[in-house]
Amino acid sequence: MISKAAVELAGVDIRYDTTALHFDCVVPPGGIVAVAGASGSGKSTLFHVIAGFEQPDSGEVRILGEAMSGRAPSERPVSVVFQDNNLFAHLDVVTNVGFGISPSLRLSTADRGRIDDALHRVGLDGFGKRLPSTLSGGERQRVALARALVRHRPLLLLDEPFAALDPGMRSGMRVLLRDLHRQEMNTILLITHHPDDVRALADSVLFLDRGRIIAHDPVERFLNRRDVAAINDFLGNGDAA
Amino acid sequence: MFAPAENRTIITAGALSLGGIVLFVCLAVAALLLASGDFGKGTLFDAYIWRVTRFTLLQATLSTLLSVVLAIPIARALARRSAFPGRVWVLRLMALPLGLPVLVGALGLIEIWGRQGVLNTALAELGLQQPVSIYGLFGILLAHVFFNMPLVARLFLSGLERIPPEYWRTSANLGMPPGAVFRFVEWPVLRGLLPGAAGLVFMLCATSFTLVLTLGGGPAASTIEVAIYQALRFDFDPQRAIALSALQIAMTGVLLLILARLATEPAEGATGGGAARRYDTGSGWSQVFDAGWILFALLFIGAPLITVLASGLSADLVKLAGDPTVHRALITSIVIAVLSALLCVTIAAAMIRAGGTVTARRHVPTLAKAFAGTITASTSLVLLVPPVVLGAGWFLLLRPFGDVARFAPAIVVAINALMALPFVHRILAPAMATHAARTDRLTASLGIRGFHRLRWIDLPPLRKPLLMAASFAMALSLGDLGAVALFGSQDMVTLPWLLYSRMGSYRTTDAAGLALFLGLLCLIFTMLGTAGDRRMPEGRNA
Repeated sequence: MISKAAVELAGVDIRYDTTALHFDCVVPPGGIVAVAGASGSGKSTLFHVIAGFEQPDSGEVRILGEAMSGRAPSERPVSVVFQDNNLFAHLDVVTNVGFGISPSLRLSTADRGRIDDALHRVGLDGFGKRLPSTLSGGERQRVALARALVRHRPLLLLDEPFAALDPGMRSGMRVLLRDLHRQEMNTILLITHHPDDVRALADSVLFLDRGRIIAHDPVERFLNRRDVAAINDFLGNGDAA
Repeated sequence: MFAPAENRTIITAGALSLGGIVLFVCLAVAALLLASGDFGKGTLFDAYIWRVTRFTLLQATLSTLLSVVLAIPIARALARRSAFPGRVWVLRLMALPLGLPVLVGALGLIEIWGRQGVLNTALAELGLQQPVSIYGLFGILLAHVFFNMPLVARLFLSGLERIPPEYWRTSANLGMPPGAVFRFVEWPVLRGLLPGAAGLVFMLCATSFTLVLTLGGGPAASTIEVAIYQALRFDFDPQRAIALSALQIAMTGVLLLILARLATEPAEGATGGGAARRYDTGSGWSQVFDAGWILFALLFIGAPLITVLASGLSADLVKLAGDPTVHRALITSIVIAVLSALLCVTIAAAMIRAGGTVTARRHVPTLAKAFAGTITASTSLVLLVPPVVLGAGWFLLLRPFGDVARFAPAIVVAINALMALPFVHRILAPAMATHAARTDRLTASLGIRGFHRLRWIDLPPLRKPLLMAASFAMALSLGDLGAVALFGSQDMVTLPWLLYSRMGSYRTTDAAGLALFLGLLCLIFTMLGTAGDRRMPEGRNA
């Protein structure tokens, strides 16, 4: 049996006033894919197209074999964790996670049990009544991950989720993400600027340069590449190219 | 924001609000233009009209000049003295005229500078006979400075407080004398703020109605707005009102264009952060100089307010509180204020959200850009077509349908809502833009829409700015005399109208009591809306 691609971008064009981006790729299901590239290379736009925040000018986005054209972000089989502003600051942790189950916050006792379970899985037992302002950056991202867990979407997009975390927290979050991925068996696309994240987490790497996907390699091959200057810059390989 | 059906609803609501405003204003202007076939045949060149125009511009120029010239040393003194006891109360006092009904402020000034006022009584005791008259140009200037100087001083002060601390350290390190500090550090900031602040004050003074009606009003001291009111209410001369209204629209149009070109933000210096500590506060003379200006501000702004309070307390408040006319006026005022605030906040929020939605796309079509631009411009329409002109237009439009007073409540609510729109827009737009930037993607991704979005996501964080906007709109409506002056009747009396009537019939004790009621009511509304928030909108029509 041939499983459907988790994400397929076929001739996707995005045109801005001064620049144009073009994406073509097929991401197989089940792995962690690091999305890397210099600032302005189009990583966030790629995510926005998949999540439905941007409509392509041409081309098609398919998720698990289904065309996504015209489908609102919430109707796509996708959960998103942003770099920041993942939580509604005036609502407590339970309510923020609860939106992952019901956007109208109609939560049954069973739903509340699922929320507690998700918080337990991300290591936030007893944090339910806390407001986001009382949490550390790492804890806030864990709450967002807990919400993604209760949503049960097969594709998880993480837009630089560790960007604001110190090295200790980064390392803890990597372990947590790896564990959750092992349990959920979902597909994760992770935007990162850090080669360490790629080494520690990724099964494969999508590398973007000036609005194009210029490499889509298994992680070992990517880490050993010396033929592209932008990849060398990213990996800190000096003037190897 | 990212769901097409939701976008359509948002844009439709914004378009309907915009359409309503444009229709309301255009119908009034069209009624004015069409009301007379003889329009333009010499009426515009009438000597009286030119005299009124000259006086309007003269008093606005002098008021602006005085407000700005006095605001500079006061702002500097407050900026240099950043930690004296009671400074926060001085700043609060300077914010008071903004929320104070114009008529109450005018009454306070009369208590000080009027024929029987504190100052004239003191001067008479010194042997001078009637040395100062509050009525005429002097009184108008005095009142305009009372309302606008604190506003300019606060604008300048916030500019001075934004100067990077490194500038003060550098000037101290270089040993700059006070003159050089002013010339090279403070003046560049003030110069950047000056055109915008002066333009705003000029605009407010040029379209001033209540103050001129109260303290001027005669042929020698009348502005265009007051002349429009007099032409309709007393002379029954629609032709003259039309000519004056056209002149007013042309004048405010030119002023708005100039204001738009002048209002530039000064470039901010890069800063390493930290509270600005000043090093030029030590010399004895500078302390005396600063204390003198702060004391002047305290007396100039505080004295009329204290006299309003004192006179109000000396009135028979129990009798006033039991007077059915006062009850009716109070209820009418509050109902009009609440309705106009609700209307204003609703249409402002609908238009801001629609503007944000159409411009959030990657490719913004020209039509969408025009729509968003029109939304922003429409919130300032009331500056172009002032309340009295709008009132005049609707007065003429509704005349064929019988007694105009029947339509008064609806028209007054609509005009008051429109009057508050520029300020409400200024409060809500940045708050809603920040909120949208924080939540739009997340809510779209989670599918939180419609009522649930309003209840859980939008209302809780926006409650404060919404409340502040509503309270400001209510305070503005409560203190308004412009709209109700044309439409008011025995059946529809508001507190300001009752106060004005009592002042006109020399029932000054009653007037003082009513002024106290009105002032306190506005203060309560403003305080309710601004509790825990130090930001205040800038500028109001005096």
